[in-house]
Amino acid sequence: MRTNRAVSWVLLALGCLYFVLPLIGMVEFSLRMRRGVYSLDAYWVVLADPKFQSTFAYSVVVGLLTIVVGIFIVVPTAYWVRLRLPGLRPYVEFVTLLPLVIPAIVVVFGYIRLYNTSSFLPLTGSATGTNILLVFGYVMLALPYMYRAVDTGLRTIDVRTLTEAAQILGAGWGTIIARIILPNVLLAVLSGAFLTFAIVIGEFTMAALLNRPAFGPYLQFIGANRAYEPAALAVIAFVITWACMAMIQIVSRFAPKTSSRSN
Amino acid sequence: MTEAFLSIQHVRKAFGSTVVVQDFNLDVAPGEFISFLGPSGCGKTTMLRIVAGFEEPSAGRIVIGGKDVTNLKPNQRNIGMVFQAYALFPNLTVAQNIAFGLKVAGTPKAESDARVAEMLGIIKLPEFADRYPYQLSGGQQQRVALARALAARPKLLLLDEPLSALDAKVRLSLRDEIRQIQKKLGITTIFVTHDQEEALSMSDRIVVMHDGHAEQVGTPFEIYNRPATRFVANFVGTLNVLDGVVIDPIAATVRIGEREITLRNGALGAASAGDAVSLALRPEAIVLGRQPGRDASLSGQIADVSFLGSVIRVKVGVGQNAVSLDTFNNSSAQPPIVGDQTEISFSASDLLVLH
Repeated sequence: MRTNRAVSWVLLALGCLYFVLPLIGMVEFSLRMRRGVYSLDAYWVVLADPKFQSTFAYSVVVGLLTIVVGIFIVVPTAYWVRLRLPGLRPYVEFVTLLPLVIPAIVVVFGYIRLYNTSSFLPLTGSATGTNILLVFGYVMLALPYMYRAVDTGLRTIDVRTLTEAAQILGAGWGTIIARIILPNVLLAVLSGAFLTFAIVIGEFTMAALLNRPAFGPYLQFIGANRAYEPAALAVIAFVITWACMAMIQIVSRFAPKTSSRSN
Repeated sequence: MTEAFLSIQHVRKAFGSTVVVQDFNLDVAPGEFISFLGPSGCGKTTMLRIVAGFEEPSAGRIVIGGKDVTNLKPNQRNIGMVFQAYALFPNLTVAQNIAFGLKVAGTPKAESDARVAEMLGIIKLPEFADRYPYQLSGGQQQRVALARALAARPKLLLLDEPLSALDAKVRLSLRDEIRQIQKKLGITTIFVTHDQEEALSMSDRIVVMHDGHAEQVGTPFEIYNRPATRFVANFVGTLNVLDGVVIDPIAATVRIGEREITLRNGALGAASAGDAVSLALRPEAIVLGRQPGRDASLSGQIADVSFLGSVIRVKVGVGQNAVSLDTFNNSSAQPPIVGDQTEISFSASDLLVLH
């Protein structure tokens, strides 16, 4: 028994080392820009770079827009499927899983072919059009995470009865979704939103092929031309991703309690 | 009956090839409390949902206050409804839940606040305004649901098995409370239940439903004492069924076992001499032994005796039939003994002929 426990601990330690050592190496390397001493020089250089600021700001804005558009598409869809079209659920789930099996590069080439300047909807003909295309591309990429998060949230409430209770009190569909359904799945939506943000902030393929000034391509550009700054940027990107994950944990502590006390 | 406030006319509802409600007709007077009573799957909840607008009838009309609402959506009908599962909005406080319908209707805040306070007073939970549903017990949640349904002063109140999820004690007190509030506000109410005691104790009239149609509509007294069909007689209350043979249909004489009994005039309807009839008798209409004032009696053998505390339930074998009756527990008297020969007596007018 004691031997088994020891083996478990050793395996756990090896696993941790496997994941943590490269990170420690990267952090350590990012601090060695100044010769002979550890310093945050690489971070200051990166943070002071106007290109970093503009690409990061661009990705943040695109990320937020992706979340908003995603919520507008996913919440009513998942709600309606649960309420009125439960038979379609397996098909909708299948569709939402497609982005996991179709590579982003295939999707983006499809976009370029469909929405080029000689197409019926020439979105790639202008910066705004391409930005819109990028946002919708990211909505598609984040679909598996956002849909699952919202669907799980809807599973925790009695969608049908709450809808009927609101309807009989005079509420229309807009009021029901905005005032009853969305607030009750808000934490699930936020979980999906943080995952979406984490995906968008470091995404490279779509942004690069659509030639948008996003953080992903900037990371690649710095990585190809500098020594210490790419490590600092990677650490920053990691921190952002982890912060998003931590936020999911934090907000889930404030989940609304739906169970009633017994008599 | 005064002019109907709610009129359900020839309503039929089918899901595919399954007919759930068939040719349902009912007129409900203003302020009346009507119960839909029946076993699971009899169509009572579907009928209620058709009145609410959640289900569209396959045929027929729903008229509320003289207006045909058949094609109106639930949010256009001005109906209040209380659900079995409470259905309080978990993200809103008690006060916000009660004010929800008022807010949707655009009621000014001052008026809405006053109405919420009034409703909290009616349900006797004025200090719970800022609590969330999860902080309330089941009974309290259902009272809030009732207040929410009544806050917008609906024309009609629908109660879909509101007491089923509660424990026995709370159920008992809440049913009195619901009835009191309903009487006080004078709101026309439809109450769906499968619990006959709830229906009998609360209703002005009861609609007993079976296989999608109204088997009998009547006051609790009529439903219990004059059931129109075998189903109603069996479903409402405990019933002893005795097999008899018609001797003289004009004189309303039947033979049960070896005895001839004369029923009240016309009780046999169109039956002919020699026809087999089923006769029903409530346990409380029978006494053990011969008693003055009871004009009919049957002899039999005591088959079973169950001690239930204040009463003793005795089962007597009468020919092929088994008859149950209750006698009060008398500590100074010897209880009946299984195997003893005995007589049971009753008034022939209490015998019901089942059709």
